[in-house]
This record gives sequence, structure tokens and C-alpha cells, in this order.
Amino acid sequence: MGAGRLYAAVAAGGFRRYATYRTATVAGVFTNTVFGLILVYTYLALWDARPHLGGYDPAQAVTYVWLGQAFLAALAIGGGGVEEELMERIRTGDVAIDLYRPVDLQLWWLAADVGRALFQLVGRGVVPFVFGALFFPVSLPVDPLAWVAFLGTVVLAMLVGFGIRFLVALSAFWLMDGTGVLQMARLAGFFCSGMLLPLNVFPGALGEVVRVLPWSSLLQAPADVLLGHADPLGTYAFQGTWAVALLAAGRLVQLAATRRVVVQGG
Amino acid sequence: MAELSEQAEFSGQAGLSGQAGLSGQAGLSGQAGLAGPAAGSRLLDGLRAYRLIAGMWIRSTMAYRASFVMTTFGNFVSSGLDFVAILLMFSRVDALGGYPLPEIALLYGLSNAAFGLADLAIGSMDRLGRRVRDGTLDILLVRPAPVLAQVAADRFALRRLGRVIQGSLVLGWALTRLDVDWTPLKLLLMPVTVVSGCGIFCAVFVAGAAFQFWAQDASEVQNAFTYGGTTLLQYPPTVFGKELVRGVTFILPLAFVNWLPALYVLGRPYPLDLPRWTAFTPPLVAVVCCALAGAAWRVGLRSYRSTGN
Repeated sequence: MGAGRLYAAVAAGGFRRYATYRTATVAGVFTNTVFGLILVYTYLALWDARPHLGGYDPAQAVTYVWLGQAFLAALAIGGGGVEEELMERIRTGDVAIDLYRPVDLQLWWLAADVGRALFQLVGRGVVPFVFGALFFPVSLPVDPLAWVAFLGTVVLAMLVGFGIRFLVALSAFWLMDGTGVLQMARLAGFFCSGMLLPLNVFPGALGEVVRVLPWSSLLQAPADVLLGHADPLGTYAFQGTWAVALLAAGRLVQLAATRRVVVQGG
Repeated sequence: MAELSEQAEFSGQAGLSGQAGLSGQAGLSGQAGLAGPAAGSRLLDGLRAYRLIAGMWIRSTMAYRASFVMTTFGNFVSSGLDFVAILLMFSRVDALGGYPLPEIALLYGLSNAAFGLADLAIGSMDRLGRRVRDGTLDILLVRPAPVLAQVAADRFALRRLGRVIQGSLVLGWALTRLDVDWTPLKLLLMPVTVVSGCGIFCAVFVAGAAFQFWAQDASEVQNAFTYGGTTLLQYPPTVFGKELVRGVTFILPLAFVNWLPALYVLGRPYPLDLPRWTAFTPPLVAVVCCALAGAAWRVGLRSYRSTGN
């Protein structure tokens, strides 16, 4: 009970912290909208040349673009979540303070990241999505249950996204400088999540491989549920499996790190 | 995709800033001071300050050679991700907006080479908002060198060569694959296009920085026009809505970066029924844009109020 309230407070803090920078949020909304516009036109040209590509019709492809812009910051697909701060704390040794607090390191940062993600979703994601829905033909479900099912995939996507980025952050215990790992994580995030191009458009074996990797839980899986392209329960099982596996791996790495690694600093 | 490359670049050099900042200051004030305030030589003064500061950052980068090689490679790869997306598209279609792959590659190569050069030269200018916020811009104001040159060369990142190399490789590939009747004029137009395109993007960077004097936290808006602009220009104008094409021709003249010269070389119809000779106007457009951006910069700088620390 007490622990639950503590993590809720951490999450609320994460939300408020990002909500403070209003100008930056407006700037982000603008930039996401412009990128959405550019992508929408290129996708429409692609679907014009090849209707029903990947099983989507043009309206579904347009919806996919705006969903991607709504998720980009929230799920930190191109970086920008709490992992950078955690890495910096590991590099400077400040993580020692986090470790002797009577709270769990992983849950603390998960709560902070969920708070951040919720703000980014509401503050940065909704406006570009609504803009897209108003000015372009989109394909959205009318059944409220479909939206509820979609929200479930978003929550799981947040957990998977954090699971990946927590592992990335913990690599700093061994590597110290995380620049290279962060860069690799961003490239993998963009390419494998479907941010670059929907994964069902990828050709042949490449398409099949990227669809079973954890990153497909971030954008492709929620999009397929929203567009009525995938069964919600099967999607939950897929995302849930990755979330549990990644969070468990994060837990193991955290144990190894705190037992064997000497913390930096003095 | 803007966010991808930009953020990746910022986190790189945090450790260096302390030392390098100090050595830069010493080297600059010593030598630029000698040049003196001779009237009319402001441009030379600025270029000289730029060269000194950029050189200092290159030396500091080269202190960690392995890191430099890796981050340059990372820059190359993240810049190439867009082209991978185009290749994936062309694994499913033969033409996009009526353009086959080599023609798209020409647009892509010209856009990325021009933008890459501008990003290399003054891409760090989007840090200005941060300097205004934390008050470190004041340090630049008291130095005896033009502020624009100092801000432009701040944190000069040689690793951004990665994008220039990537764009040039795609451009080279496109030039060998295109079925074009090359004339000396068309050949000459290619380097002229890249240089003018670089000038237009530089103007966008400077104007964006001037805007940050007012909207300090809004540096991300600039990404929409810089990274967004280069992404837009990678595709042919036939792909985009007429209003958008009109906007990037008459309001923010990005169409002159690569669309018009490339369409001339390819012998394709221009957007908005523009006359054929507009393909040769990019150098003029670049000069006008730079002059306007310079004026905006001066207005911005004059309106600057220090945070007081």
C-alpha cells in the first residue's frame, strides 16, 4: 500500500517535471506535425503506386503515420526517456544514492518513465494525431471497446519500451560512456519499431524477423490493433511476453551490476 | 528522424566541454584581439574567429580518435537510415510519385549533401536557446569577435562529415545510374546546386537561431525546417500537396535547394509551372536568404536581454 503510493508519487513527479516546459512542448507538437505531414504524403505516394501494400489501405497508412508521431516522444523510440539521466547518474556515481534509498531501482525509474510517457502522450501526442485525423482521411474504430483494447496495447508498449531502455542504461555500469550504445539503441528503435516504415511493408524474411523483435511491440502492435488488423488478445500475449522477459533481464543485470561493479565517484 | 540524429550528436561530447571551452577562449582572445576593429573587415574577422574556434574543436575531437571514428560512422549510418527506408519502399514499387529509384537518389543525394555541409558548418546554432537560457551567451558578447561566428563555430562537430559522405555517395551512385544527356551546363549545375543549397540551409539555421532569442525553449521548431526540410526534398514535388509545394517555393524557398536544378537535369516538368530558367537561380536565392537571415540575426541579437547571472 505504502509502496504503491510512493511509486505513484514518483510517476506524478515525472509527469509534472515534463509538463513544466510548455514552450518546448508546443515546439515538439509543431515539429511532430510537420514530420507527420511529410511522411503522410510519401506514404500516400507509396500506396498510390501499390494499393493494399502490407494489407493496409491508404487511410490506414495515414492513420499509422499520425500514430507514429503521437508515440515517438511518449515511447522514446528515438531516445529521450529517463535512460539518459540514469546513465549519467551511473557515470558520475550518483546512482549510489539511488541504490541506498529504501526503494527498488528498477521500479523507481519505471515509475518516473511512465509519468514522463503519460505526459508526452497527452501533451505531445494527441494534438498531431487530432490534426492528422481532421485534415487527412484516417481509419479509426467507432466501437469504444476497440479503443479500450488499443489503450491496453499502449500500456504494454510503455513497459516494453522501458524494458529495452533500462537495459541500455545499465550498460553504463560496464561501459561508462554510453554514447555509442544510445546511438545504436536509437537506430534499432527507429528501424525495428516501424517508425521508418510499417513493418508489414518490409520485404520477405526481413519483415518476418523484425515483427518478432521486441521493438514491434512499440508501434506496429498498437497500430495493428487500432486498425483492426490484429487480434487484441494475441497482441497482449506477444507484448506481455516481451515486457516480462525484458523487465526480468533488467532485474538480473541490475543484480549483477550492484553486486560486482564498483560505483564511480568519491 | 530529426530527433534521432540531433540528440545522438549532443550527448557525445559532454566530457570535453570543460577543457575545450577554456583553451578556446585563450586562443581566441589572444589572436582575434590582434586583428583589431578595422572597419570593413568584419567579415574577414568573423571568418578568422570561426576558423580558430572550429580548429580548436577539431583538435579537442581528435584527442579521442576512436570516439571520433565511431561517432562519425554513427552519423553516417543514422543519416543513411532515410535512404534505407527509400530502398525498402522500392523493394515493393518501381516508382514513387512517377520517379524511379535513380532519380529519387539524385534528389536525395543533392538534398543530403547540401544539408550535410550546412549542418557541418553551423549545425550547432540550435544550441543558442540553451545559451540564452543559462546566460553563457554573455561570455560570447564580451569577446572581441563577431557573435555570429562564435555561435556558428561553437562545438564544431567534425563527425557531421558522416552525413556529407553519405549524401555524396548516394549522389555519386545516382549520377552513374541516371539516363541523362549530360551537357557541360548540366554538369556545372551539380556542384553549384550543392553549394547554393548549403547556403539556403545555412540561412535557415541562422534564422532559426535568431528566432530563439525570443522563443528560448523552442529550439525544436527549427528541426521541422532543417531536418524536416531535407527529408521533404528527398522526395519529388509530385508527391506533395500543392499548398505545401507552394509554401516551400515562395515562403521558405527550399525548392531551390535541389528540386528545380534536379528537375532541369532530368528534363521533368517543374512544380507550379515555374519557368525553366528558375533552375539557375539557386545561387541568387541563397544570397538573398543569407542576407535576410543576417538581418533577422541582428534584430534578434539587439533584442537580447541577459538573464543576469
